[in-house]
Amino acid sequence: MRTGPARIALWAFSALVGLWLIAPTLVVIPLSFTDKASLVFPPSGWSTRWYANFFSDPRWLDALFSSLQVGALVAVVATVLGTAAAIALTRSGSRWVKGSYGLLLAPMIVPTVVVAIGVYALFLQYNLLGTLLGFVTAHTVLALPFVIIPVTASLRGFDRRLEDAALICGATRWGAIRQVTLPQIAPGVVSGALFAFVTSFDEVVVSLFIQSPYLQTLPVKMFASVTRDTDPTIAAAATLIIVFTTVLVLAATFTTARRNRVR
Amino acid sequence: MAALIEIASPASGGRPRKGAGGRWGWLLLPALALLAVLFLVPLGLMAWRSVTEPTPGAGNYSWFLTSDVALATLVRTLTVGAVVTLVTLLLSYPYAYLMTVVGARARIWLTLLVLLPFWTSLMVRTFAWVVLLQDSGVVNQLLGTVGLGPLQLIRTPTGVVIGMSQVLMPFMVLPLYAVMNGIDRRLLDAAQGMGARPAVAFWRVFVPLSLPGVGAGALTVFITSLGFYVTPALLGSPDQALISQQIFTQVNGLLAWGRGGAMGVVLLAVTLVLLGLVGVVLRITRTRGGAR
Repeated sequence: MRTGPARIALWAFSALVGLWLIAPTLVVIPLSFTDKASLVFPPSGWSTRWYANFFSDPRWLDALFSSLQVGALVAVVATVLGTAAAIALTRSGSRWVKGSYGLLLAPMIVPTVVVAIGVYALFLQYNLLGTLLGFVTAHTVLALPFVIIPVTASLRGFDRRLEDAALICGATRWGAIRQVTLPQIAPGVVSGALFAFVTSFDEVVVSLFIQSPYLQTLPVKMFASVTRDTDPTIAAAATLIIVFTTVLVLAATFTTARRNRVR
Repeated sequence: MAALIEIASPASGGRPRKGAGGRWGWLLLPALALLAVLFLVPLGLMAWRSVTEPTPGAGNYSWFLTSDVALATLVRTLTVGAVVTLVTLLLSYPYAYLMTVVGARARIWLTLLVLLPFWTSLMVRTFAWVVLLQDSGVVNQLLGTVGLGPLQLIRTPTGVVIGMSQVLMPFMVLPLYAVMNGIDRRLLDAAQGMGARPAVAFWRVFVPLSLPGVGAGALTVFITSLGFYVTPALLGSPDQALISQQIFTQVNGLLAWGRGGAMGVVLLAVTLVLLGLVGVVLRITRTRGGAR
């Protein structure tokens, strides 16, 4: 495979695959700057009116605000619960603790629509539809695996003798964890928190079931908008999401990369 | 996903200390409590309703097994999943191979091209495909310029396959890359040193060694595709719905909790069986890794 033509063919094919991975999404960006009231590509003229529309329409703004609020709360709750769970998973030798690892990652694998109808049934019974509590708890379950995986990986790279040293020097158990362990595994925790936020921020299926007219997240609003109208405001919303998630994911990726280099 | 789980599994590299078990276990409790209330209880509730509503018994399951519509939906879901798996495999294999032979800098870029869509909102990506595949969309304009006339893409299974393949690509590339990266390339040199042409060495040595990655990637893509809702709902047609769309309609539209629940249980069962297969594939990988 090191000969010329095969290598060139491989590169050409992979370039097309790379384009196929990234280009379809990028089409949304020029569309959001169109001056027409329809989603025709390429746009014939340019304007920022759809952004003006987005930022002046209370329904879009409420959805954006709800998404940010739910995402931030999910990031906090999932990171705290997930980090605690990861510590237990890497340190406890007991059988039931190890056995629960698969269970904790199960929400990543079980089809979301199945979880969604179950949660919907539960929330109907306890009047939790369209509540902040409902959104945060339901999203946290889905986000937990994305915290547990990077934090567990960080903990595996952490030398526990450092914590023992702190204990010998007179630190309490909690003090040693807070001042020695947590700073050392911080990159894993930070990337876990970012991924938890993104998981909540992008979640559609469960949200479609547990939404109400009073509380809708941005993807739910977009889903309704795609099926109902062809207003390019949705392209503006999509572009904002793309920019926002790209920044977060790059941040998370580079925090992880830095951690690996330091080790 | 399976590959991610495998990589992060604490059992494969953690250093639990003997005798320190009980002290740390309680830290797991808050997460487990949340999981019990918002994951296990809902799944149980769904299963319970599938055998109690509208009347107690297995009526909903016998409906599923005798209804042409329900069975056709299941078959369609499995078919679309299989086609999507094949498409992603054909596109990902050369790409993942390239990732293992380039320099570090190129590899970072190739990885980013996979990771960015992986984390970009599913809703945004599906919306982009709606725009691209619509009757007057970019794809049809391009087809028009090469004389292939406008094709009906959106609201067809073809449209669903196109969108889902792109969305699921990362789940194929990442495990393929993880396995290919672990293959000892000196084996290829050895094969060539003994007279095999490069293509033969690749086909007879590299491809078989990469099969665990193919298995893990294919099963991950296939399993994930079975539960897809947003992409088929927006790119497909309602009368050619996949199982998740049917579940959605049964529960949200028709309030038929029993039937919706039964379909959910079937979907869950198929997923778990396939997941068992992933476990087998991964065990084979590990055995091979140990033998090497």
